[in-house]
Amino acid sequence: MSKNFKLITDGLVKNNPTFVLLLGMCPTLATTTSAVNGLSMGLATLFVLVLSNVVISLIAPVVPDKVHIPVYIVVIATFVTLLQLLMQAFTPAMYETLGLFIPLIVVNCIVLGRAEAFASKNGVLASAFDGIGVGIGFTCSLTVLGLVREILGSGSAFGWNFIGGNDGMLAFVMAPGAFLCLGYLMVLFNKLFKKN
Amino acid sequence: MAAVSNLKNMVLVLGTTCLLCSAVLGGAYALTKEPIDAAAVAKTNKAVGSVLPAFDETSYESVEADGKTYHYYKAVKGGETIGYAVESSVVGFGGPLSLMVGITPDGVVYNTSVLSHAETPGLGAKCNTDVKFMAQWEGFDPSSKILTVKKDGGDVDAITASTITSRAYALAVQNAVNAVKLIDHE
Repeated sequence: MSKNFKLITDGLVKNNPTFVLLLGMCPTLATTTSAVNGLSMGLATLFVLVLSNVVISLIAPVVPDKVHIPVYIVVIATFVTLLQLLMQAFTPAMYETLGLFIPLIVVNCIVLGRAEAFASKNGVLASAFDGIGVGIGFTCSLTVLGLVREILGSGSAFGWNFIGGNDGMLAFVMAPGAFLCLGYLMVLFNKLFKKN
Repeated sequence: MAAVSNLKNMVLVLGTTCLLCSAVLGGAYALTKEPIDAAAVAKTNKAVGSVLPAFDETSYESVEADGKTYHYYKAVKGGETIGYAVESSVVGFGGPLSLMVGITPDGVVYNTSVLSHAETPGLGAKCNTDVKFMAQWEGFDPSSKILTVKKDGGDVDAITASTITSRAYALAVQNAVNAVKLIDHE
Protein backbone atom coordinates (compact mmCIF):
# COMPACT_ATOMS: atom_id res chain seq x y z
CA MET A 1 0.00 0.00 0.00
CA SER A 2 2.79 2.41 0.88
CA LYS A 3 4.25 1.69 -2.56
CA ASN A 4 0.99 2.70 -4.21
CA PHE A 5 0.76 5.75 -2.00
CA LYS A 6 4.25 6.68 -3.12
CA LEU A 7 3.12 6.41 -6.76
CA ILE A 8 0.46 9.00 -6.04
CA THR A 9 2.78 11.44 -4.28
CA ASP A 10 5.34 10.88 -7.04
CA GLY A 11 2.76 11.98 -9.59
CA LEU A 12 2.08 15.08 -7.51
CA VAL A 13 5.64 16.17 -6.84
CA LYS A 14 8.52 14.18 -8.34
CA ASN A 15 6.78 13.38 -11.63
CA ASN A 16 4.49 16.39 -11.69
CA PRO A 17 3.52 16.47 -15.37
CA THR A 18 3.29 20.24 -15.71
CA PHE A 19 6.03 21.66 -13.54
CA VAL A 20 8.62 18.86 -13.69
CA LEU A 21 8.04 16.68 -16.76
CA LEU A 22 6.78 19.63 -18.83
CA LEU A 23 4.33 17.40 -20.68
CA GLY A 24 0.95 18.32 -22.10
CA MET A 25 1.76 21.99 -22.55
CA CYS A 26 -0.95 22.51 -25.17
CA PRO A 27 -4.00 21.94 -22.93
CA THR A 28 -2.09 23.45 -20.01
CA LEU A 29 -1.63 26.80 -21.71
CA ALA A 30 -4.87 26.84 -23.66
CA THR A 31 -7.49 25.80 -21.11
CA THR A 32 -6.28 27.49 -17.93
CA THR A 33 -8.03 30.81 -18.49
CA SER A 34 -9.91 30.22 -15.25
CA ALA A 35 -9.58 27.93 -12.25
CA VAL A 36 -12.76 26.01 -13.10
CA ASN A 37 -11.61 25.39 -16.68
CA GLY A 38 -8.24 24.16 -15.46
CA LEU A 39 -9.88 21.90 -12.89
CA SER A 40 -12.31 20.38 -15.42
CA MET A 41 -9.57 19.79 -17.99
CA GLY A 42 -7.43 18.17 -15.30
CA LEU A 43 -10.26 15.87 -14.23
CA ALA A 44 -11.01 14.92 -17.86
CA THR A 45 -7.36 13.99 -18.36
CA LEU A 46 -7.33 12.10 -15.04
CA PHE A 47 -10.26 10.00 -16.25
CA VAL A 48 -8.55 9.09 -19.53
CA LEU A 49 -5.19 8.55 -17.85
CA VAL A 50 -6.44 6.06 -15.27
CA LEU A 51 -8.54 4.02 -17.71
CA SER A 52 -5.94 3.93 -20.47
CA ASN A 53 -3.21 3.02 -17.96
CA VAL A 54 -5.30 0.12 -16.66
CA VAL A 55 -6.21 -1.23 -20.10
CA ILE A 56 -2.71 -0.81 -21.51
CA SER A 57 -1.08 -2.56 -18.56
CA LEU A 58 -3.50 -5.46 -19.19
CA ILE A 59 -2.89 -5.78 -22.92
CA ALA A 60 0.81 -4.86 -22.99
CA PRO A 61 2.14 -8.46 -22.75
CA VAL A 62 0.32 -9.59 -25.91
CA VAL A 63 0.96 -6.46 -28.01
CA PRO A 64 3.80 -6.98 -30.51
CA ASP A 65 6.54 -4.40 -30.20
CA LYS A 66 6.23 -2.96 -33.70
CA VAL A 67 2.56 -2.03 -33.40
CA HIS A 68 2.46 -0.97 -29.75
CA ILE A 69 2.16 2.78 -30.46
CA PRO A 70 -0.85 2.44 -32.81
CA VAL A 71 -2.54 0.04 -30.40
CA TYR A 72 -2.02 2.37 -27.44
CA ILE A 73 -3.25 5.37 -29.42
CA VAL A 74 -6.40 3.51 -30.46
CA VAL A 75 -7.09 2.63 -26.81
CA ILE A 76 -6.48 6.21 -25.67
CA ALA A 77 -8.56 7.68 -28.51
CA THR A 78 -11.43 5.36 -27.59
CA PHE A 79 -11.49 6.60 -24.01
CA VAL A 80 -11.25 10.22 -25.12
CA THR A 81 -14.15 9.83 -27.54
CA LEU A 82 -16.12 8.03 -24.84
CA LEU A 83 -15.48 10.92 -22.48
CA GLN A 84 -16.49 13.41 -25.16
CA LEU A 85 -19.80 11.64 -25.80
CA LEU A 86 -20.53 11.37 -22.07
CA MET A 87 -19.75 15.04 -21.46
CA GLN A 88 -21.84 16.09 -24.42
CA ALA A 89 -24.76 14.06 -23.11
CA PHE A 90 -24.65 14.77 -19.40
CA THR A 91 -22.67 17.97 -18.82
CA PRO A 92 -23.43 20.12 -21.90
CA ALA A 93 -22.38 23.33 -20.16
CA MET A 94 -18.93 21.95 -19.35
CA TYR A 95 -18.66 20.49 -22.83
CA GLU A 96 -19.24 23.93 -24.26
CA THR A 97 -16.20 25.45 -22.56
CA LEU A 98 -13.87 22.47 -22.92
CA GLY A 99 -15.26 20.78 -26.03
CA LEU A 100 -12.53 22.10 -28.27
CA PHE A 101 -9.76 20.67 -26.12
CA ILE A 102 -11.17 17.27 -25.23
CA PRO A 103 -10.06 15.60 -28.50
CA LEU A 104 -6.60 17.02 -27.84
CA ILE A 105 -6.23 14.72 -24.83
CA VAL A 106 -5.42 12.00 -27.39
CA VAL A 107 -2.24 13.75 -28.43
CA ASN A 108 -1.45 14.83 -24.88
CA CYS A 109 2.02 13.43 -24.26
CA ILE A 110 1.20 12.71 -20.63
CA VAL A 111 -1.24 9.95 -21.51
CA LEU A 112 0.94 8.20 -24.07
CA GLY A 113 4.01 8.99 -21.99
CA ARG A 114 2.65 7.20 -18.92
CA ALA A 115 1.45 4.31 -21.11
CA GLU A 116 4.94 3.90 -22.57
CA ALA A 117 7.02 4.63 -19.51
CA PHE A 118 4.91 3.03 -16.82
CA ALA A 119 1.76 1.10 -17.70
CA SER A 120 3.39 -1.14 -20.32
CA LYS A 121 5.97 -2.34 -17.78
CA ASN A 122 3.90 -2.54 -14.58
CA GLY A 123 0.90 -4.34 -13.15
CA VAL A 124 -2.72 -3.22 -13.30
CA LEU A 125 -2.95 -1.88 -9.75
CA ALA A 126 0.33 0.02 -9.89
CA SER A 127 -0.64 1.49 -13.27
CA ALA A 128 -4.00 2.61 -11.93
CA PHE A 129 -2.31 4.35 -9.00
CA ASP A 130 0.26 5.90 -11.32
CA GLY A 131 -2.62 7.21 -13.44
CA ILE A 132 -4.36 8.64 -10.38
CA GLY A 133 -1.14 10.24 -9.11
CA VAL A 134 -0.11 11.84 -12.38
CA GLY A 135 -3.74 12.78 -13.07
CA ILE A 136 -4.11 14.51 -9.71
CA GLY A 137 -0.74 16.19 -10.25
CA PHE A 138 -1.95 17.48 -13.61
CA THR A 139 -5.31 18.57 -12.17
CA CYS A 140 -3.67 20.46 -9.28
CA SER A 141 -1.17 22.18 -11.56
CA LEU A 142 -3.86 23.23 -14.01
CA THR A 143 -6.12 24.47 -11.22
CA VAL A 144 -3.33 26.51 -9.63
CA LEU A 145 -2.28 27.94 -12.99
CA GLY A 146 -5.90 28.68 -13.86
CA LEU A 147 -6.50 30.29 -10.48
CA VAL A 148 -3.46 32.57 -10.77
CA ARG A 149 -4.42 33.61 -14.30
CA GLU A 150 -8.04 34.15 -13.30
CA ILE A 151 -7.09 36.30 -10.30
CA LEU A 152 -4.67 38.43 -12.31
CA GLY A 153 -6.57 38.44 -15.59
CA SER A 154 -10.22 38.64 -14.61
CA GLY A 155 -10.07 39.67 -10.96
CA SER A 156 -12.05 36.66 -9.83
CA ALA A 157 -11.44 33.26 -8.28
CA PHE A 158 -13.50 30.18 -9.23
CA GLY A 159 -15.94 32.52 -10.94
CA TRP A 160 -16.35 34.69 -7.82
CA ASN A 161 -15.53 38.25 -8.80
CA PHE A 162 -13.84 40.19 -6.01
CA ILE A 163 -12.77 43.43 -7.68
CA GLY A 164 -16.08 44.30 -9.29
CA GLY A 165 -16.28 45.02 -12.99
CA ASN A 166 -14.16 43.53 -15.73
CA ASP A 167 -10.90 45.35 -15.12
CA GLY A 168 -8.38 42.53 -14.81
CA MET A 169 -5.03 42.44 -16.56
CA LEU A 170 -6.14 41.01 -19.87
CA ALA A 171 -2.69 39.77 -20.86
CA PHE A 172 -2.98 37.03 -18.25
CA VAL A 173 -6.10 35.60 -19.84
CA MET A 174 -4.30 35.36 -23.16
CA ALA A 175 -1.34 33.30 -24.33
CA PRO A 176 1.53 35.56 -23.13
CA GLY A 177 0.13 35.52 -19.59
CA ALA A 178 -0.12 31.76 -19.76
CA PHE A 179 3.58 31.44 -20.50
CA LEU A 180 4.52 34.01 -17.85
CA CYS A 181 2.45 32.37 -15.13
CA LEU A 182 3.66 28.91 -16.07
CA GLY A 183 7.27 30.08 -15.94
CA TYR A 184 7.00 31.72 -12.53
CA LEU A 185 5.00 28.84 -11.07
CA MET A 186 7.65 26.45 -12.34
CA VAL A 187 10.37 28.48 -10.61
CA LEU A 188 8.37 28.47 -7.41
CA PHE A 189 7.65 24.75 -7.62
CA ASN A 190 11.27 23.82 -8.21
CA LYS A 191 12.44 26.15 -5.43
CA LEU A 192 10.04 24.47 -3.00
CA PHE A 193 10.40 20.82 -3.93
CA LYS A 194 13.58 20.15 -5.88
CA LYS A 195 16.36 18.57 -3.86
CA ASN A 196 19.82 19.47 -5.07
CA MET B 1 7.48 -8.01 -22.02
CA ALA B 2 6.06 -7.42 -25.45
CA ALA B 3 5.72 -10.37 -27.80
CA VAL B 4 8.02 -10.74 -30.82
CA SER B 5 6.47 -9.02 -33.84
CA ASN B 6 5.43 -11.00 -36.86
CA LEU B 7 2.85 -10.20 -39.49
CA LYS B 8 0.25 -12.56 -38.04
CA ASN B 9 0.23 -11.26 -34.47
CA MET B 10 0.56 -7.62 -35.54
CA VAL B 11 -2.52 -7.83 -37.77
CA LEU B 12 -4.37 -9.86 -35.16
CA VAL B 13 -3.67 -7.54 -32.21
CA LEU B 14 -4.18 -4.25 -34.04
CA GLY B 15 -7.30 -5.59 -35.80
CA THR B 16 -8.83 -6.91 -32.60
CA THR B 17 -8.07 -3.68 -30.73
CA CYS B 18 -9.70 -1.58 -33.43
CA LEU B 19 -12.71 -3.89 -33.60
CA LEU B 20 -13.25 -3.85 -29.83
CA CYS B 21 -12.80 -0.10 -29.63
CA SER B 22 -15.27 0.55 -32.44
CA ALA B 23 -17.77 -1.73 -30.73
CA VAL B 24 -17.40 0.18 -27.45
CA LEU B 25 -17.78 3.52 -29.21
CA GLY B 26 -20.73 2.33 -31.28
CA GLY B 27 -22.47 1.26 -28.08
CA ALA B 28 -21.64 4.52 -26.33
CA TYR B 29 -22.90 6.50 -29.31
CA ALA B 30 -26.21 4.67 -29.30
CA LEU B 31 -26.58 5.17 -25.54
CA THR B 32 -25.71 8.86 -25.53
CA LYS B 33 -27.51 9.84 -28.74
CA GLU B 34 -30.80 10.50 -26.96
CA PRO B 35 -29.45 12.71 -24.14
CA ILE B 36 -27.21 14.59 -26.61
CA ASP B 37 -30.18 15.34 -28.86
CA ALA B 38 -32.28 16.27 -25.84
CA ALA B 39 -29.54 18.63 -24.65
CA ALA B 40 -29.36 20.24 -28.09
CA VAL B 41 -33.15 20.73 -28.18
CA ALA B 42 -33.17 22.14 -24.65
CA LYS B 43 -30.41 24.53 -25.62
CA THR B 44 -32.28 25.73 -28.70
CA ASN B 45 -35.54 26.18 -26.81
CA LYS B 46 -33.70 28.12 -24.16
CA ALA B 47 -32.06 30.31 -26.80
CA VAL B 48 -35.41 30.95 -28.54
CA GLY B 49 -37.07 31.65 -25.19
CA SER B 50 -34.37 34.12 -24.21
CA VAL B 51 -34.66 36.22 -27.37
CA LEU B 52 -38.44 36.33 -27.81
CA PRO B 53 -41.44 37.04 -25.58
CA ALA B 54 -43.30 34.04 -24.14
CA PHE B 55 -44.72 31.80 -26.86
CA ASP B 56 -46.90 28.71 -27.17
CA GLU B 57 -45.03 26.85 -29.87
CA THR B 58 -42.35 27.27 -32.48
CA SER B 59 -41.90 25.96 -36.00
CA TYR B 60 -38.54 25.59 -37.69
CA GLU B 61 -38.36 27.21 -41.12
CA SER B 62 -35.82 28.76 -43.45
CA VAL B 63 -35.51 31.70 -45.80
CA GLU B 64 -33.05 32.68 -48.55
CA ALA B 65 -31.37 36.07 -48.16
CA ASP B 66 -28.27 37.39 -49.96
CA GLY B 67 -27.63 33.93 -51.36
CA LYS B 68 -27.48 32.41 -47.89
CA THR B 69 -30.06 30.23 -46.20
CA TYR B 70 -31.19 31.45 -42.79
CA HIS B 71 -32.93 29.07 -40.46
CA TYR B 72 -35.36 30.56 -38.04
CA TYR B 73 -37.93 29.61 -35.45
CA LYS B 74 -41.31 31.19 -35.87
CA ALA B 75 -42.85 31.74 -32.45
CA VAL B 76 -46.64 31.62 -32.30
CA LYS B 77 -48.87 32.63 -29.42
CA GLY B 78 -52.65 32.31 -29.60
CA GLY B 79 -52.51 31.73 -33.37
CA GLU B 80 -50.58 34.94 -33.93
CA THR B 81 -46.96 35.21 -34.95
CA ILE B 82 -45.17 37.14 -32.23
CA GLY B 83 -41.63 36.94 -33.51
CA TYR B 84 -38.84 35.18 -35.31
CA ALA B 85 -35.70 33.76 -33.74
CA VAL B 86 -33.15 33.76 -36.54
CA GLU B 87 -29.95 31.75 -36.43
CA SER B 88 -27.31 34.05 -37.83
CA SER B 89 -23.69 33.07 -38.27
CA VAL B 90 -20.78 35.30 -39.30
CA VAL B 91 -17.00 35.13 -39.09
CA GLY B 92 -15.83 36.73 -35.85
CA PHE B 93 -12.29 37.35 -34.66
CA GLY B 94 -11.43 33.78 -33.70
CA GLY B 95 -13.82 31.80 -35.89
CA PRO B 96 -17.53 31.45 -36.52
CA LEU B 97 -19.79 33.54 -34.32
CA SER B 98 -23.33 32.19 -34.17
CA LEU B 99 -26.16 34.23 -32.76
CA MET B 100 -29.83 33.73 -32.13
CA VAL B 101 -31.53 37.00 -32.96
CA GLY B 102 -35.11 37.54 -31.84
CA ILE B 103 -37.02 39.91 -34.08
CA THR B 104 -40.65 40.93 -33.75
CA PRO B 105 -42.82 41.03 -36.92
CA ASP B 106 -42.43 44.84 -37.12
CA GLY B 107 -38.67 44.39 -37.59
CA VAL B 108 -37.50 45.48 -34.13
CA VAL B 109 -34.85 43.38 -32.39
CA TYR B 110 -36.36 41.88 -29.24
CA ASN B 111 -33.15 40.37 -27.85
CA THR B 112 -30.08 38.41 -28.92
CA SER B 113 -28.09 35.54 -27.54
CA VAL B 114 -24.84 33.83 -28.48
CA LEU B 115 -25.20 30.22 -29.64
CA SER B 116 -21.51 29.54 -30.08
CA HIS B 117 -18.34 31.56 -30.50
CA ALA B 118 -14.58 31.16 -30.62
CA GLU B 119 -13.60 34.68 -29.54
CA THR B 120 -10.63 35.52 -27.34
CA PRO B 121 -11.38 34.88 -23.64
CA GLY B 122 -11.44 38.13 -21.70
CA LEU B 123 -11.86 40.21 -24.86
CA GLY B 124 -14.24 39.17 -27.62
CA ALA B 125 -15.75 36.45 -25.45
CA LYS B 126 -17.34 39.26 -23.44
CA CYS B 127 -19.97 39.49 -26.19
CA ASN B 128 -21.54 36.67 -24.18
CA THR B 129 -21.13 38.17 -20.70
CA ASP B 130 -20.78 41.97 -20.96
CA VAL B 131 -24.09 43.24 -19.55
CA LYS B 132 -23.83 46.67 -21.15
CA PHE B 133 -23.05 45.27 -24.58
CA MET B 134 -25.80 42.67 -24.42
CA ALA B 135 -28.48 45.00 -23.04
CA GLN B 136 -28.24 47.43 -25.96
CA TRP B 137 -29.80 44.86 -28.30
CA GLU B 138 -33.06 44.75 -26.38
CA GLY B 139 -35.52 46.78 -28.39
CA PHE B 140 -32.92 47.88 -30.96
CA ASP B 141 -34.93 49.39 -33.80
CA PRO B 142 -32.97 49.11 -37.08
CA SER B 143 -35.30 51.62 -38.78
CA SER B 144 -34.15 54.47 -36.53
CA LYS B 145 -30.67 53.31 -35.48
CA ILE B 146 -27.71 52.20 -37.59
CA LEU B 147 -26.48 48.67 -37.03
CA THR B 148 -22.74 49.29 -37.06
CA VAL B 149 -20.32 50.15 -34.25
CA LYS B 150 -19.82 53.81 -33.29
CA LYS B 151 -16.29 53.75 -34.73
CA ASP B 152 -17.86 53.09 -38.14
CA GLY B 153 -20.54 55.75 -37.69
CA GLY B 154 -23.28 53.54 -36.31
CA ASP B 155 -25.18 53.29 -33.03
CA VAL B 156 -23.71 50.14 -31.52
CA ASP B 157 -21.49 50.44 -28.44
CA ALA B 158 -18.54 48.16 -29.11
CA ILE B 159 -16.91 46.03 -26.42
CA THR B 160 -13.70 47.72 -25.26
CA ALA B 161 -10.71 46.38 -27.22
CA SER B 162 -12.93 44.02 -29.24
CA THR B 163 -14.05 46.06 -32.21
CA ILE B 164 -13.80 43.14 -34.63
CA THR B 165 -16.05 40.96 -32.50
CA SER B 166 -18.51 43.82 -32.03
CA ARG B 167 -18.56 44.47 -35.77
CA ALA B 168 -19.20 40.82 -36.46
CA TYR B 169 -21.98 40.81 -33.86
CA ALA B 170 -23.64 43.84 -35.44
CA LEU B 171 -23.31 42.27 -38.89
CA ALA B 172 -24.95 39.07 -37.67
CA VAL B 173 -27.85 41.07 -36.26
CA GLN B 174 -28.11 43.07 -39.49
CA ASN B 175 -28.19 39.87 -41.57
CA ALA B 176 -30.96 38.52 -39.35
CA VAL B 177 -32.94 41.75 -39.72
CA ASN B 178 -32.54 41.56 -43.51
CA ALA B 179 -33.64 37.93 -43.53
CA VAL B 180 -36.78 38.68 -41.52
CA LYS B 181 -37.76 41.36 -44.02
CA LEU B 182 -37.93 38.64 -46.67
CA ILE B 183 -40.09 36.32 -44.58
CA ASP B 184 -43.63 36.18 -45.78
CA HIS B 185 -45.58 37.68 -42.88
CA GLU B 186 -49.04 36.24 -42.85
